[in-house]
Amino acid sequence: MSLELKQIVKTYADPEGGLQTILNVPEFSLGQGEQVALVGTSGSGKTTLLNVAAGITLPDSGTVMVGGIEITKMLEAVRDRFRSERIGYVFQTFNLLPAFTALENVLLGMSFSSQPANKHLAIELLGRVGLGDRLHYRPGQLSVGQQQRVSVARALAKTPRLLLADEPTANVDGPNQAAVLRLMQESCRENNVTLLLVTHTAEVAKQFTRVERLSDFNLAAPQVASSHTTGAMV
Amino acid sequence: MSIFQIAWKSIRQRSVASFLTGLSVALGVMLMVAVMILYSIIASTFQQTSIGYDLVVGPKGSPLQLVLSSIYRVSPPIENLPFRFYKDLQKDPRVDKAIPIALGDTTEEGSFPIVGTVPEYFSIPFSHNREFAVRGTFLRKPFDAVIGSRVAATNGWKEGSQLRMVHGGADTGHVHNEKFTVVGVLAPTGTPNDRSVFVNLDGFYLIQGHDKPFDEAIKREREFYGQPPLEPEVMAAEVQKLEKRYGGHHDHDHAEGEEHFHDVPMIQKEVTAILVTTKTLMAAGLMEGEFKKGFKAQATNPIRPMNQLLTDILGNIQILLLILTGLIIVVSGVGIFVSIYASLQERRREIAIMRALGARRETIFGIVIAESLLLCLGGGIAGLLLGHLLVVVAAPIVTARTGLLISGFTFQMTEWLLLPGLAVLAVIVGYIPAMSAYRTEVASNLNPS
Repeated sequence: MSLELKQIVKTYADPEGGLQTILNVPEFSLGQGEQVALVGTSGSGKTTLLNVAAGITLPDSGTVMVGGIEITKMLEAVRDRFRSERIGYVFQTFNLLPAFTALENVLLGMSFSSQPANKHLAIELLGRVGLGDRLHYRPGQLSVGQQQRVSVARALAKTPRLLLADEPTANVDGPNQAAVLRLMQESCRENNVTLLLVTHTAEVAKQFTRVERLSDFNLAAPQVASSHTTGAMV
Repeated sequence: MSIFQIAWKSIRQRSVASFLTGLSVALGVMLMVAVMILYSIIASTFQQTSIGYDLVVGPKGSPLQLVLSSIYRVSPPIENLPFRFYKDLQKDPRVDKAIPIALGDTTEEGSFPIVGTVPEYFSIPFSHNREFAVRGTFLRKPFDAVIGSRVAATNGWKEGSQLRMVHGGADTGHVHNEKFTVVGVLAPTGTPNDRSVFVNLDGFYLIQGHDKPFDEAIKREREFYGQPPLEPEVMAAEVQKLEKRYGGHHDHDHAEGEEHFHDVPMIQKEVTAILVTTKTLMAAGLMEGEFKKGFKAQATNPIRPMNQLLTDILGNIQILLLILTGLIIVVSGVGIFVSIYASLQERRREIAIMRALGARRETIFGIVIAESLLLCLGGGIAGLLLGHLLVVVAAPIVTARTGLLISGFTFQMTEWLLLPGLAVLAVIVGYIPAMSAYRTEVASNLNPS
């Protein structure tokens, strides 16, 4: 499922009462099944861009097309349903519900679509992120990295057509980082899912054939010189 | 995962606050159920106690007082009726059974009311389809006594025990010398019979002072039938004639346990009331109307004054209690509102996460309403069980103190309305928090604060 952003402007009220433009994207697009790493400095609008792409946040102006469907024109309830059925989202802050076990968190991600929750798939995905023996652990009983892996499994469980991932490996240790990334990329490849992954790690970005720098197409982002020599990309 | 499962998770996450909130609902419902059960038992007891009789006939006065004294034995009798009146009533073709009772005396121990009556008293069911059962025998000889279960339990009396009665109630202090022997103990009935002592009416009249002097008896009987008073010389002649016929039997005392009886002239006998069953219900209605016109007697349906009492006084008390307990439940509902609303502030992020995962605003609204429903209905069901448990626990105490037979397993139709009522309350108190959750902004609440 392709993703196209056109003439996107998003502003926020700043504490002084003025408006601060966080996104000004004339055009940004991903083809169906394409996998793109998006890098940018802190505060450059990466998360806002993903929220706009997911239909969580509406832009002040511009259009967002997912699979050729303009989600910015949808009624909110329709957009919610669309997101629940077609868009997977791995949050930077995991966003697991503390009262739910790892398995329940994954099942919850499936609960809001019209399809019945697939428990077997949820268990299989948790197994693939190395948490087969932690199904009934609550987030508070899991390490930060394990929580992030639950978050990845939750996003994949609803078999999305577009997967948005905000620093999905930021808190995962070396071997698990590679496993999580591999799982996401393989799953997307197998199912022809479009993947847009935000990262600040060169090692992660290297795994992608297409790497986009937010400052290159977001006119509102602070312009920073690129660096390819360090592990961290800004 | 259904919205109820998600709501239940949220309740469990705040288990202590949720438990206390549900408990407050449970306590309110428990009190309401207990009030409903107790009231219904009291109401049915008051109505069923006298269901065996179609009419209670007594002297003119308040119908309620007549019923309270003759059936419930909680009020002193109004006046007495001539025995001849009872005999005449017995001959009325519309009457099936007429049971005379003489009241006013109490036991020396425990001040239980003494009921002088005839053995047929026990042939009429004391309540709907419930016959008297006795350990021992019913009344046979003049100085036999049958006692209620509570009298037996309180005074420790059994068959063979002897009792004496205090004239005109315990206040006068005059204790009759004559002793009655307990020949039977009634099985519990849950009616005032449990705290009554029944003595044979024949023996009752044989007690010194229970037969009126001839001149007074003649005067009262003539008054009752609306006849003019006799001239003094005519009265003296009448008295002389009666003394000649029956006189002399009061010149000696009765030895203890001596079976030595005299025939008391009818004119000297009086009854406090007459319990009547008629051959048809219509006859009861007709007789009640006839009694309103003549003599100095009244006939009343024994249920009607009690119904009026229940409606006028106890009914209002019940309504008051129900309002109070209803208010307790409403206050509990406010507790649910506060609990959910306060927790929402901490749960904005969770709501935003669910919305980001694709939950619609209506789904979030439904989850909060489901949470309110679970707390209200969970508390309500617990309250229903606790209410019945309370009655089960309290039943032996209440029965021991009042004689009312109480069952905690009595279900009221109104109880079935409680749960739908609580569901409505849950929706009302959950609405504002649900709307607040409904309006939760997703993007600004997604990140940890």
